[in-house]
Amino acid sequence: MKTPKELYYQETHEWVKVDGDHAYIGISDFAQDELGEVVFIEMPEVEDQLSKDDEFATVESVKAASDLIAPISGVIIEINEDLEDSPELLNEDPYENWIVKIEIEDKSELEGLMDSDAYQKMTSE
Amino acid sequence: MVKITALHKDHVRLGAKMVEFAGYEMPILYTSIKEEHEAVRTNVGVFDVSHMGEFYVFGKDATEFVDTLFTNNVSKLSRGDIAYGFMCDEEGGTIDDLLVYKYNASFYLLVINAANQAKDFEWINKQKKGRVTVVDKSKEYGQLALQGPKALDTLDRMCDNDLKRVKPFTFVECQIDGYEFLVSRTGYTGEDGFEIYGEPEDIKHLFNAFIDQGVVPCGLGARDTLRYEAALPLYGHELSKDISPVDAGMNFAIDFDKKHFLGKEALLENKANKKRRLVGLVLLEKSVPRANYPVYKGDMKVGHITTGYISPSKNVPLAMALIDKPHDKRGTHLEVGIRKKRIPAKVIKRKLLNYNPNQNEE
Repeated sequence: MKTPKELYYQETHEWVKVDGDHAYIGISDFAQDELGEVVFIEMPEVEDQLSKDDEFATVESVKAASDLIAPISGVIIEINEDLEDSPELLNEDPYENWIVKIEIEDKSELEGLMDSDAYQKMTSE
Repeated sequence: MVKITALHKDHVRLGAKMVEFAGYEMPILYTSIKEEHEAVRTNVGVFDVSHMGEFYVFGKDATEFVDTLFTNNVSKLSRGDIAYGFMCDEEGGTIDDLLVYKYNASFYLLVINAANQAKDFEWINKQKKGRVTVVDKSKEYGQLALQGPKALDTLDRMCDNDLKRVKPFTFVECQIDGYEFLVSRTGYTGEDGFEIYGEPEDIKHLFNAFIDQGVVPCGLGARDTLRYEAALPLYGHELSKDISPVDAGMNFAIDFDKKHFLGKEALLENKANKKRRLVGLVLLEKSVPRANYPVYKGDMKVGHITTGYISPSKNVPLAMALIDKPHDKRGTHLEVGIRKKRIPAKVIKRKLLNYNPNQNEE
């Protein structure tokens, strides 16, 4: 399973990539593999306010529906529209294909997340 | 303790993702549900269904006894015929759906759902009358389903019998690759195909012989998407103690002309005063309908989804749903509750595989 070094992770398998005041949020390689073939993503809307721990989107695979939990708080400034037409991109490359882009509200929330080593350890147990 | 089938190591070797189903660790998929689904619709796939239960019912009064338990009519069957039908309780609730194989008037093989094995065995024994013996042979049988338009060609090449002469819902005993099997022209995918029964070790050999010939191994994931598109019920979803075979639209497998069978009076009443019906639904916006999601007409809940997916064959969200009358009519506009949203939907024919988006169904 791939777990890129520069990302933050949380127990529920979302990742965060920080880009200045902005952050991209997606799901991990482990998550896409567990879910299997993704067929639909129920997206939030741009300008939605996310609070840490909110359910903000749902990834539907052939097998199951899985809610995504906000790892940090912020306002959604973009959603990845490519995924609306081709949800299977999440299986092909879950790190290239982010789900939402937000404006970070409180950078200190990042400290509560895992680094790639800790996340890799958790998922290999 | 979770049980395994004789093919467990083969599944793991083939890279299957294993899940627990009805007390067995079974493959849900090997590579991809969509690819396995496609293989069965267009070519040929093989499923390990060794978890299914097999009972023998035999003795002088076997025909009469099975006809008391079973909604379909086994007295009318010839040797080598198979009937699909149900066991119901006195209230018309479904105990299980099953296949009955007739060897002769005093010997039947019943093939039942793994999840219901203990319950069925107890129920059958409780009803026992006359000179009959009931034996649970499940552990002695392995089972494969070879399904798809190329199933006949594939199996016919390997078998000593002429399988073209084995009509749907009949069976023969034959040799394949030197081993003895029961081969029946049945399945659970909506495609042509065979279900093959034998000793677990022989079934393991046959499974690998199919794989060597390029038959695609298919898991329970594709089995479910295939059977749902073909409007074949799954116990616990389209049938249950609370969902009668009449509700599920399965009257073709109930012989109401038969003098008596368990649940007949309740099912006749059910048929005369139908309150709900199993229908097809197409969602008019992209989303994924799943079992137990509520279905509404305005503010009123009028039913629930029993099985749903984005159909792999049609690539639109299609579902089977149990809908109260009079909202079950084809073309009726309803809404499916999916999380916080209401997704518009329309009633269509239950056989989802025949769904044609260009056809005006109003």
